[in-house]
Amino acid sequence: MTSAPTSAPTSQGAAFVALADSAASALPLAWSARVRAEMAADEQVLAWLEIDLDASLRFAAGLILVSNARLLAMSSGDASVRSWPYQPGLSLSRSDHAGVGTLELCATEARLAHWHYTLAADIAAGRLIDHFTRQLHFHVSGSLPAATTQRLCPSCETPLLAGQEECPVCSKEIHQAPSTGTLLRLGRFARPYRGQLLAGFLLSLLGTAATLVPPYLTMPLMDKVLIPYQNGQMIDPALVALYLSGLLGAALVAWTLGWARTYILALVSERIGADLRTATYEHLLTLSQEYFGGKRTGDLMARIGSETDRINVFLSLHLLDFATDVLMIVMTTIILMSIDIKLALVTLLPLPIIAWLIHIVRERLRTGFERVDRVWAEVTNVLADTIPGIRVVKAFAQEARETSRFRTANAHNLEVNDRVNKVWSLFSPTVTLLTEIGLLIVWAFGIWQIAKDHISVGVLTAFLAYISRFYLRLDSMSRIVSVTQKAAAGAKRIFDILDHVSSVPEPATPVHLPKVTGRIELRGVGFRYGTRSVTRDISIAIAPGEMVGLVGHSGSGKSTLVNLICRFYDVSEGAILIDGVDIRSLPVAEYRKHIGLVLQEPFLFFGTIAENIAYGKPAATRAEVVAAARAAHAHEFILRLAHGYDSLVGERGQALSGGERQRISIARALLIDPPILILDEATSSVDTSTEKEIQKALDNLVRGRTTIAIAHRLSTLRDADRLVVLDRGSVVEVGSHEQLMACEGHYYRLYQAQARNVDDEDRLPSIDLARAAEGERQ
Amino acid sequence: MIPAPDYRLQRNPFGRLELTTADGQTHVGVVPVRAFPISAPDDGIGLVDPHGHELAWIERLSELPDELRTLLESELAGREFMPEIKRLISVSSFATPSTWEVETDRRTTRFVLKGEEDIRRLDAPALLIADSHGIHFLIRDRYALDAHSRRLLDRFL
Repeated sequence: MTSAPTSAPTSQGAAFVALADSAASALPLAWSARVRAEMAADEQVLAWLEIDLDASLRFAAGLILVSNARLLAMSSGDASVRSWPYQPGLSLSRSDHAGVGTLELCATEARLAHWHYTLAADIAAGRLIDHFTRQLHFHVSGSLPAATTQRLCPSCETPLLAGQEECPVCSKEIHQAPSTGTLLRLGRFARPYRGQLLAGFLLSLLGTAATLVPPYLTMPLMDKVLIPYQNGQMIDPALVALYLSGLLGAALVAWTLGWARTYILALVSERIGADLRTATYEHLLTLSQEYFGGKRTGDLMARIGSETDRINVFLSLHLLDFATDVLMIVMTTIILMSIDIKLALVTLLPLPIIAWLIHIVRERLRTGFERVDRVWAEVTNVLADTIPGIRVVKAFAQEARETSRFRTANAHNLEVNDRVNKVWSLFSPTVTLLTEIGLLIVWAFGIWQIAKDHISVGVLTAFLAYISRFYLRLDSMSRIVSVTQKAAAGAKRIFDILDHVSSVPEPATPVHLPKVTGRIELRGVGFRYGTRSVTRDISIAIAPGEMVGLVGHSGSGKSTLVNLICRFYDVSEGAILIDGVDIRSLPVAEYRKHIGLVLQEPFLFFGTIAENIAYGKPAATRAEVVAAARAAHAHEFILRLAHGYDSLVGERGQALSGGERQRISIARALLIDPPILILDEATSSVDTSTEKEIQKALDNLVRGRTTIAIAHRLSTLRDADRLVVLDRGSVVEVGSHEQLMACEGHYYRLYQAQARNVDDEDRLPSIDLARAAEGERQ
Repeated sequence: MIPAPDYRLQRNPFGRLELTTADGQTHVGVVPVRAFPISAPDDGIGLVDPHGHELAWIERLSELPDELRTLLESELAGREFMPEIKRLISVSSFATPSTWEVETDRRTTRFVLKGEEDIRRLDAPALLIADSHGIHFLIRDRYALDAHSRRLLDRFL
């Protein structure tokens, strides 16, 4: 960070000018009047912090303010204002614990005051301290330290990167709920199939019309054939044949159209479902490690698998049926109206009641079904937890406990389902009852009308035929309520994934680095996981080709640092630069191509060994694969396998030993030839002799690359140019093995502790051997 | 009979706790930590130094001499922050992220719930809700909430 040299003491007035542009934006309305009353004529507000907790950690508003003359504090509870003019020895500092930030004002001999705030205000607190410190410096020494020249975000003062228009911190803070018409959003996936959908709709229209012909024909059959016969006239066979063939024809047309419609629409909905599934999966893979850390595998699998399927069924079956039903009701209404308006009105009377009933139940069912989904995910989660951990379960003989855990989840599932079913089961019979009552009304009104000679018997028959279908459809339409709600709940859960913005965002205007030398620089890197700050103010510069070992107790932040360098997470403070460019301004995938990662637990995908080695570079030739395997000392053991490079390895490479799997993953990293290499405990899970094998492979890998290695076993790091010792998230020592041993600090103690431990694990000789080997080579 | 502890604890002018052990060593910035903050807050409290090493262990807060206990309680009160939700006033939406307005034992506040998975089920009927800044809100008994709160909460469970 370039800071301009401070000039000779300036006048106070000049200091104002220098500060005016960085002064705080408008004070919150609630405070501005009080602050204005408090300020002296030439006093200027420079920064402020709105706190939301009082001394006993209860929610209460307060304001802390830095002006060019003093520090002020006021609270909403009382009218008093406390203030501290600048004087030598003052200091303002912040710390945080469990989500609560604490700001402390101390003099040399005692603490003067302290305030609490929730971490939402942490950035403002940092800014306040910054302004306070500068003003204090100005008042004590007369010179004003220059502000940093970096471009800062106007609202939170996070440094902005080249090519960044929006502040990544602020834009991450958008907490908006996804819009409610979730199902309508599926339209985005339906658009490519507009043509087929339109065809399907037209077919529905025609098909429905065809099904409405038969009841209409009952009218003349009754009035022109049956009733005259009862009155003594003969039946005209030609007329009967005409009507009956009309019935048959309508049925056949309806059948053909119905088949075509169902086929086309099922085809389309299946494709929409598949698109949705792929889109969700694709988006899921772009999300950061943070997202996967917070979700359970079972839940994510259920969302992508069964939820998309449910939506699919909804689109192809239920929605289709519903559309047909609506069409049918509209058409039936028109036909009934054209026959006899009065009777039609009576027939349609129960419709609004049923619609109202549906509406009432809708809300209850929707929440119910959402809960059913979540409970179901809970059941799968129990499975996803237990099955991978089956060895632990068996070893501790806890089968019964796990069963009871499953039973509890299942009982919960039952209970929730029971509650939903209570409403749901009442729903269908009620609709049926209303249907019967509706029919009753039509019968009664029809008979009365016939008695008064207003309508013929045929008309009543036709009406009864129509409305028995009509109400039948209403009954099935009522089902749409539950399936729509289920599908909407499913869609919401899918859009939850689709709407999730990666916390490792792609830069708006990316910088491209075609060639990377491998210079890595960490500048004041800090990372906060939830309320816990994991690493603090780490600054390391790594030259191209240098090998740096990260050493420290577990939990000291080694793996976090590696995750930050790989950009699995983004730093909370500071920046990581590669070849002088902030990694946040590089496209994520492009950046990761420059990094080879070898993990403690090598993950092999289902497939052949060759495919696994070529995972990072699928286009690699066989010769390249073999060369990489040779360099990784994996070639020989691969040849010993029955099918050589074509041998299949399982989900976790079950058939291979830990060392063998590790060497395959080293070959994988070698093949992409990355300028930067990260070894995260690459040899921790194997025994000493295997470690030596792997070490030989690693020596090939490390050559000529910038390497960052984490190792618990310090012997692994014998080749490191520099060791960085971490403790509780901060760098405590940096130097070579000899230097660090000589200063007898943190590293020395770690090394001693390990040397003691290895006695019983037979590792001491291996360290000595390693040292001796090093001696020979030199 | 309560045995007196073999160390001395006092607050220094900077507001930090100072612990003096029997052999005369003084540790500044000692922090009391509850081992079971939710299930048994008054049982098992460790006094740890700023490096996280344990200096003393208190089996039960109630067994301490009054003076020491008040000191520890005041220190704990200034450090612990787990507002207990008494009532849900409103939620901005039933889909997450959602802004909740709640009444807690530390007055009324609002927070953002990022996802349903941030509601953790503790031993029934307790729930622990983490907001977007990682502050934990406790619901000690979700069945004891009023009907309106329960209805809102149910939508997220």
